[in-house]
Amino acid sequence: MATRPVTGEQRAFMTGNEVVAWAALAAGADIMYGYPITPQNEIMHYWTRMAPKYERGFLQTEDEISAGFATVGGVLAGKRAFTATAGPGNVLMQEAMAMAEMMRLPTVVVVTQRGGPSTATVIYSQQELNLTCFGGNGEGLRIVYSPASHDELFLYTIKAFNSAWKYRFPTFVLGDGYQSKMREPVTIFAPEARGITMEPCHPMVGLPGLPGEERDPAHLRNTYNLEDELYEVLMDAINAYESVAPQVMEWDTYAVDDAELLIIAHGVVSRAARAAVVTLRERGCKAGYFRPVTLRPFPAEPLRPLADRARNLLVVESAYGQLKRHVQAGLYGIPTPVTGYLRPGMGITPEEIAQCALSLLKN
Amino acid sequence: MAIAAQPQMPRVWRAETKPHKFCPGCGHGIVLKALGEAIDALGIQERTIFGCDIGCSLLSWDFFNLDTVQTHHGRTTPVLVGIKRARPELVVVSYMGDGGAYAIGAQHLVSSAARNDLVTIIVVNNTVYAMTGGQMAPTTLPGQKTETTPYGRDAGLTGRPILGPELVAAIAPPGAYVARGSIANIVQLKNFIQKGLQNQVEGRGIAFIEALSSCPTNWHTNAAATWRFVEEEMTAYFPVREFRTPDEKPSSPLREVPPRGF
Repeated sequence: MATRPVTGEQRAFMTGNEVVAWAALAAGADIMYGYPITPQNEIMHYWTRMAPKYERGFLQTEDEISAGFATVGGVLAGKRAFTATAGPGNVLMQEAMAMAEMMRLPTVVVVTQRGGPSTATVIYSQQELNLTCFGGNGEGLRIVYSPASHDELFLYTIKAFNSAWKYRFPTFVLGDGYQSKMREPVTIFAPEARGITMEPCHPMVGLPGLPGEERDPAHLRNTYNLEDELYEVLMDAINAYESVAPQVMEWDTYAVDDAELLIIAHGVVSRAARAAVVTLRERGCKAGYFRPVTLRPFPAEPLRPLADRARNLLVVESAYGQLKRHVQAGLYGIPTPVTGYLRPGMGITPEEIAQCALSLLKN
Repeated sequence: MAIAAQPQMPRVWRAETKPHKFCPGCGHGIVLKALGEAIDALGIQERTIFGCDIGCSLLSWDFFNLDTVQTHHGRTTPVLVGIKRARPELVVVSYMGDGGAYAIGAQHLVSSAARNDLVTIIVVNNTVYAMTGGQMAPTTLPGQKTETTPYGRDAGLTGRPILGPELVAAIAPPGAYVARGSIANIVQLKNFIQKGLQNQVEGRGIAFIEALSSCPTNWHTNAAATWRFVEEEMTAYFPVREFRTPDEKPSSPLREVPPRGF
């Protein structure tokens, strides 16, 4: 039985869904629980083909509610467990993720955004940002990575397991249908080949020793009797989240030092935004770009001085203002005007962004 | 001075959390006693995980000296199936009420039964949603008054009570253990639960035990009327017996070979 799916570094040409399956294998994920929904399906397809060769588990559940809660069970048992979903499946997944948030359970969910709301399209959007960051009846104590390339999809899927188990917050990789279905060159690697040590997993139930005699039993709950009792638990979690946020936050910038126009985008759209900045620079426009890599926690602090210096901010996204609201909340008090190029469920090209930027600068 | 005999607590009960949190006259304590005795008899305390649902069953979250997780309404079985798939050496007990099992979590029950998941499910049937104040449940008897059927359950409008063990017995593959016991016969109930745990330990298939139980708080009954309802009214609709045992022969041969062409 082979135990190491990836050794060293290997070049490949594959779809994003295949990348996720390889990354989960390389990260040492023990078990996936899943339910079919497009455009996530091939993550399960590749996982079910490869997992038995490396003694990893899989269970196809009856719905995303069950997939989410079974993932909760897997992590309670002390295993690197994950699931993947999209759109209406992501909606159903929120119930279990609220439990994970309340109980600080290190679940990992890969989301491949499709058009919304409702069934909409199976293709693409960036409309699951709000849901993934703030779904559930809580405060959004989650870690959400938004990768932009297949290399990043691989890296952040591995990182998601480590952040989840290190910080004990439910962690999401927020991809999209374009990334899922598109093939591009990628370097896959064994974590240790890049100096990444996998965070160890610990069981929360099924601990060694006779409970009540050799140790106290683990009594895990998400229900509380009184306001004060809940408040204490929540504030502990909120304080923990806020204290680790600076370590977790990640962002990327390009040509920002003298930027008068700052273009802000995340995920695949940030690639078009970066290309648009190159074009605009060639035409003599002082453009730059800022990209939040973590959408939760949102990197507002590094964005603020750049936004303050710029004359214009342009938020570009395949949603109607979900990223823009994050940006505006994070930049509260900074007078630089914010414009949106908001195309819900639509792909965005560098040419569109450059054109929008030029017309913005003319006015 | 003679000391009056004290009823024995099962060894697996957590004395520090007793007396328990259930209302006077509630059947949960009796079902949990039967479960405790069954766990003691099998000597599986060290590897048993107890999961409880939402509703009155959640009050058992600190009941045992067992690693325990309290989940969401109807979602206990998927959590425990997740644990079992990740750690097959553990014995998992999924404990819930009739609302969690037959209404909001029905898809999980049906699917776990079809998959013959190695989980022991115990459903406490008291014919009402008790924690929320006595609304109609999937198991409310025709004509029974509840907060949402104040003139009595009209089976023409709201259907007839769900027969849980009969449902699971019809779906589950060979190897399943399915029974309905009652708090009115604790020895029999303990035996049913013990067989259900044994079935999982032996890896034979799903185990499903429904326990007929009482809720005088929401039934608004005194002791005599409570017992009459459990022993006569409920038993007349919900037969107490074993429905499936793992050593039975399947009534029709099951196709176990892949279809041609695949």
